[in-house]
Amino acid sequence: MPYADARAFCPDLQSRPADPARDQRFLHILRRWFTRYCPWVGIEGADGLVLDVTGSSHILGGEDAMLADMRARLARAGLSVQIGLADTRGAAWALAHHADGVAPPNDMLGALRSLPVAALRIDDKTNIALQRLGLRKIGDLVTTPRAPLTRRFGPDLLLRLDQALGAQPEQITPIAEPPHYAVRMTLPEPIGLLNDVVAGAERLLIQLCTKLKAQEMGVRVLCLTLRRVDQDHQQVELRLARALRDPDRIMPLFKQGLEAVEAGFGIDQMRLEAVQLEPVPIRQINYVTTGQKDKLNDLITRIGTRIGLENTLRFLPADSHIPERSFLIAPAAYSEPEGGWSTLRPRPLRLFPPEFIAGSGSQPPKWFRWRGMSLTSARAIGPERIAPEWWLNDENWRLGVRDYWHVQTKQGRRLWLYYTPQNPHWFVHGEFA
Amino acid sequence: MPHFPLTKGRAHEAFGPGVHVFAFTLAARIGGQVLWVRDDWQADQINPTGFCDFIDPRDILVSVAKDQTDILAIAEEALRSGAVSLVIVEVSKALSLTAGRRLQLAARNGKSTALVIISDGMGSNAAETRWYCTPVFDPYDSTLHRWDIIKNKSGTLGAWYVKWDAASRRLSMVSPAGQRTGSTGAPN
Repeated sequence: MPYADARAFCPDLQSRPADPARDQRFLHILRRWFTRYCPWVGIEGADGLVLDVTGSSHILGGEDAMLADMRARLARAGLSVQIGLADTRGAAWALAHHADGVAPPNDMLGALRSLPVAALRIDDKTNIALQRLGLRKIGDLVTTPRAPLTRRFGPDLLLRLDQALGAQPEQITPIAEPPHYAVRMTLPEPIGLLNDVVAGAERLLIQLCTKLKAQEMGVRVLCLTLRRVDQDHQQVELRLARALRDPDRIMPLFKQGLEAVEAGFGIDQMRLEAVQLEPVPIRQINYVTTGQKDKLNDLITRIGTRIGLENTLRFLPADSHIPERSFLIAPAAYSEPEGGWSTLRPRPLRLFPPEFIAGSGSQPPKWFRWRGMSLTSARAIGPERIAPEWWLNDENWRLGVRDYWHVQTKQGRRLWLYYTPQNPHWFVHGEFA
Repeated sequence: MPHFPLTKGRAHEAFGPGVHVFAFTLAARIGGQVLWVRDDWQADQINPTGFCDFIDPRDILVSVAKDQTDILAIAEEALRSGAVSLVIVEVSKALSLTAGRRLQLAARNGKSTALVIISDGMGSNAAETRWYCTPVFDPYDSTLHRWDIIKNKSGTLGAWYVKWDAASRRLSMVSPAGQRTGSTGAPN
């Protein structure tokens, strides 16, 4: 039905774009919530859940009470629900989709007899063919001889029928819980001494790292929440330069953060959570790959707790002949060192934003002032013409091409000057020494 | 060359217009990982395509901090950890005696070298050596430098003319321009 027609029937109709991925995520959350009723909960199709409540319905006082509880709670959450309960999975599916109710025990046929054949989880093609044969109800199908049905529709139809009626077994596969990387500890008496907090954090960390090791994961960001007696809580966050799961290495890095904690009247609950994880496969330890490199990563982490992990940088080569863009600066914690540095011509040791100097003509000025010094050029090597990268709109290169000169002054300074022939000006861009 | 490379496990100071060449030459001689600590507001920056003649840019990390307290704290942390063989600290304010002494202790504990790049007259008395580095004009060579050692706790003072050979990555000492045979010195 088009949206316009639907609006004609129901003027208050609201529309939202479909988002199947989010629906699935919601279904998984709901699945987790349903484990309050029984431990075996699986996903059924795109919009259903299947529960094996065998042996767990008495906890809520019988099946009817459990269904009433489910309906009440879901209605409070604003969800409309159709529930079918039966001895077999097939019958429960049929009831949930076509009748909504409870089948009496040991009498599946009685409950399903009047339901349409589509309730047997068969595909559309089989359904239409059965309709054309006049087999509209499950009751009709049961009384029909089985052999011609199998010959015509294959074994699938009768398998579904037998599963619904309980003649064939069918399993429920519960979905495994995803691993949860958080541990907590509740203390009988509040603690306040630094050593106690450190010891508590260490215990939690060992537990967490055991979990991480089993799943071959490493942690990048850790968050320790300390709840105090007065319901206040404090958080200590640790960002690591490399994914780790070794408690002996993480603990010293944590200490700096723990020292800043204000314990107040005491801490009675600690929770350690791995906020950001990375897979870290188990690998052979040898002297070359570990040792010094680990020490350096720990140093980056420790510096990072003071100035932020993104403020320790490393240089990466870049493919550009523009001096400022011939290298990249990247945070050391989020990049790997790269080689491949080569220069065709000498480049200055230091670069700075271009500084204007007075000069005219295309030859370097014989005498110029720069940063309050008066300099006399004695030898100039150049020019080396560098053209802007026209495919990038760079504000610094709006004066056009540059002729670079390596100028040695009598005063000793060796500067990297450039001249812009399209807009005659002279600038100092770097210093060799 | 005496006193070079600088004594390990001590903090040294250098200043002057040629101080970057001094720092990179030292890094090349010591080898290993280098941490460069500087202010984040400084527009001047070291250029890896320039210093790749001295050391591999893979071996250098740069930490930018917002004030001198952070710079010194980072330098101390890095020296103490022993994970880097050389820490180059660029400071913009005067270094107090306490700060200099703390760097000295941290360098001793971590067995790594510290080089503090200071402005003229802003050093601390705790430094092991202090160097004044300046490039010298030479018509035949574009890497000549003069390094003066102006403070030395464990030796004499002196001055040397050196040049850096990029191809072989070594430092060579040369006689002062006036005393060289066949040289007329720098023309005026």
